[in-house]
Amino acid sequence: MPEKIRFTVNGDVVEMAVEHHQRLLDVLREDLALTGAKEGCGGGECGACTVLMDNEPVNACLVLAVEADGREIITIEGLARENCLDPLQEAFIEHAALQCGFCTPGMILSAKALLLRNPNPTEAEVKEALSGNLCRCTGYKSIVDAVLAAAEKQS
Amino acid sequence: MTQSLIGASVPRKDALEKVTGTARYVGDLSMPNMLHARILRSPFPHARIRSIDVSKARRLPGVKAVVTGRDFPNFIGLYLVDRNIFAVDKVRYIGDPVAGVAAVSPQVAEEALKLIEVEYEELPAVFDPFSAMAPDAPLIHENLHQYKLVPVYFPIPHTNVANHMKIRKGDVEEGFRLSDEIIEGTYHVPQMQHCQIEPHTAIAQVDATGKVTVWSSCQSPNAVRKLLAVAFDIPVGKVRVITPYVGGGFGGKAGVTLEGVLTAIAMKAGGRPVKLVYSREEVFRDTMVRQGLVAKIKTGFKKDGRLVAQQAELYWDAGAYCEYGVNIVRAAGYSSAGPYYIPYMKTDSYCIYTNNPAGGPFRGFGMGELHWALDQQMDRIAHHLSMDPVEVRLINAARDGTTTATGEVLKDIGLTKCINEAARQIGWGTPKNPLTGRGIACMVKAPAMPGNASSAAFIKINEDGSANLLITATEIGQGADTALAQIAAHELGLPVDKVTVSLPDTDYTPYEWQTVASRITYSAGNAVIAAARDARNQLITMAGEGLGIPADQLTITDGVVHAVNDPAKAIRVADLALGLNLPNGSARYGPVMGRGHFIPEGIEGLDPETGQGKKAVSHWTFGVQAAEVEVDPETGRVDVKKIAAVYDIGKVINPLLAAGQTEGGIVQGLSVALYEQLQLQRGRVMNPSFVDYKIATAADTPEMAIGFVETPLADGPYGARGFAEHTMVPTAPAIANAVYDAIGVRITDLPITPEKVLAALRSKGKGGE
Ligand code: FES
Ligand code: FES
Repeated sequence: MPEKIRFTVNGDVVEMAVEHHQRLLDVLREDLALTGAKEGCGGGECGACTVLMDNEPVNACLVLAVEADGREIITIEGLARENCLDPLQEAFIEHAALQCGFCTPGMILSAKALLLRNPNPTEAEVKEALSGNLCRCTGYKSIVDAVLAAAEKQS
Repeated sequence: MTQSLIGASVPRKDALEKVTGTARYVGDLSMPNMLHARILRSPFPHARIRSIDVSKARRLPGVKAVVTGRDFPNFIGLYLVDRNIFAVDKVRYIGDPVAGVAAVSPQVAEEALKLIEVEYEELPAVFDPFSAMAPDAPLIHENLHQYKLVPVYFPIPHTNVANHMKIRKGDVEEGFRLSDEIIEGTYHVPQMQHCQIEPHTAIAQVDATGKVTVWSSCQSPNAVRKLLAVAFDIPVGKVRVITPYVGGGFGGKAGVTLEGVLTAIAMKAGGRPVKLVYSREEVFRDTMVRQGLVAKIKTGFKKDGRLVAQQAELYWDAGAYCEYGVNIVRAAGYSSAGPYYIPYMKTDSYCIYTNNPAGGPFRGFGMGELHWALDQQMDRIAHHLSMDPVEVRLINAARDGTTTATGEVLKDIGLTKCINEAARQIGWGTPKNPLTGRGIACMVKAPAMPGNASSAAFIKINEDGSANLLITATEIGQGADTALAQIAAHELGLPVDKVTVSLPDTDYTPYEWQTVASRITYSAGNAVIAAARDARNQLITMAGEGLGIPADQLTITDGVVHAVNDPAKAIRVADLALGLNLPNGSARYGPVMGRGHFIPEGIEGLDPETGQGKKAVSHWTFGVQAAEVEVDPETGRVDVKKIAAVYDIGKVINPLLAAGQTEGGIVQGLSVALYEQLQLQRGRVMNPSFVDYKIATAADTPEMAIGFVETPLADGPYGARGFAEHTMVPTAPAIANAVYDAIGVRITDLPITPEKVLAALRSKGKGGE
């Protein structure tokens, strides 16, 4: 039996019927065509599917769509406001903190959640916050540098 | 010409799309009427298929196609064509594809797999190269002697040896007689996975005319096109391969992977597009793994540290299929001197079938595995002679005038500079804390490609003065689009943001052999230079005529063709894009299109008995890494503090990208050194997930010092050499050598786990080594 849910995605209110077993990741990618969140493992192991739920990072592959009812979801598509990039996005470009880019949306959103709760993190705190996001390309250094640079710029 | 673009840290062309989530990967594509495929795989490592009954699966509502090896008994493969698309008579590893289903949803396809009934008769299986080479071993490919192959590989018929590569450089026994000392060592490398974060994904569609279109997250669209055409016996021109951004390759998306099974399914799907996304488990097991290796090395040397002779036996556990793996084994053979000069050599590199998952290319193409052995052996020689490991490497380093394993005479080699610089960066010889160790390792790698591996490029100039660069190199994260745009912009005299780089579409973009072997900047770079110069000449010819100035007195700067010594005499590129307009209203020439190609000339075959020849490869790239580690003798934990990496890459086209590539390689190398191993139990992958197969996370990143030496390569673009894979090759041996320096124990089988360190410390305590 489909269940009706109502939630906010990147500022827009969405009302839709979802199946109980449907994952938030599929609803975002397939029903809402927000393909920025990626599926790297489907098991909560890689972080490529990270989105923000009420400003907390979650693995959208492990969240059921029904759990999003009444929540506020931000995906990578919703991070830039009015064509104005988030400081994190700018810093990722500047530091070339991406290569294949498959981990990038998840990385940026995990970093965003960190900066929302801790605007001035230490390097160790950044590494800790990103430890659930795997990147096979960059070696992480440029990513950590980008997050620290974005934090600095914001403060 | 704006000189500054070559060597400039131009930001990545793809960055904006990738940080906003708008970059499209194959998995993000969906099409009307699209079906979803799933693959049924063998539960046995080696078994005969007695029967397959798909009738129940076919009857399941929503199932649109069911395909088995009976429908397509075809073979597919790159170098040694040894692989059925779906198993026909036998399965050869746990995971071998047996049947494929297309259905209206992934769930229905999954359901259908459960309804397929397969009857197997189990056969004896082999799981290590030595059992597979035993005289009475069960044969995994009985028809090996009949397989089609490129004739530079030498299978031994009626055995499990798919390729035997030999090097005979001088008389090695004579070399050992001339040596003062000899040491022997055995080194082990387990199977590993590339762990690209994007799982292998493709969509295939066969239209009413029989044309096959495949959207694939692959490294080599032209190779996929060719291999599908051959396998399904259709003209190459009837296959179109489109490759959007690829979420990581590292060799694991080279050649064909899932496109074969998917195309077979799509052929039965009534014209509907079919999507196949591999699960993470399938990525771990059913795409190519890095082959296992057991290397036995015997080295003779003089008291002063000079190498004299080396005998190497390389036993590669290549798994169930060797279509690509045979070439890794060959590359290891012709590279078996490593980065050193060795006068007398004997190498036997064996590619051995086992009932393990099939092996294939992995960043380094055999060099990571080979150097794990060679550079620890070198370290042991230094310690044996109580010499400085850096000094012993400097003495033996390949340099101008020395010969490789195949007898090629080297020139333009900057290895000794790299050694000195890496040693300096790591603080070699300066005081260090107890339990801290420093180690160094050198490396060499050449692009392993046939003599006709070519590249092509088109450039079209648009009427707004911008340019489109059309290429079939894939953007797998390495930054090819950016580096090639830089080259095009530099040659054309355009700002780099005026150059748009295409993503591959084999119907419209020109030929590229493969995006592998770290060859794109080198090979495609040369093609882009040629195409850009062609377009530039057309622009200058027209401008010269229009301005009444000889062409050799014109140049292009920032999109304007102008006289070298009078910038006021000028015509905009935009105004020439479609031809030269004359004052009387007429026009000449026409739209500007540049074309260029490149083929590395002079690569020759090697003597099959001795492996000797003039030039086995287009060029070599050398580099060095030095590591500083701290070892905790209580827990056995190795903490990598710092890695210094110095490479001679001929010319740094983009310092930002080159450093990023090096950082990524170092951390991947560190991950391989400390964590990674595909756990195999009688052919079964026991850890096909990121929970059980750990890779490095942000917390593992060490301090990194990165440097480059620029010894130009004669036929490289601006002197550039191939560079990328090289960055992970020496990391593991450098760490192992540093561990030895710290605590006096040597770990010879990867990975360097705390358990192994503790066991080695205990056995050292008892007087062993
Ligand atoms: S796809 Fe969700 S954590 Fe990997
Ligand atoms: S950029 Fe490729 S996985 Fe992070």
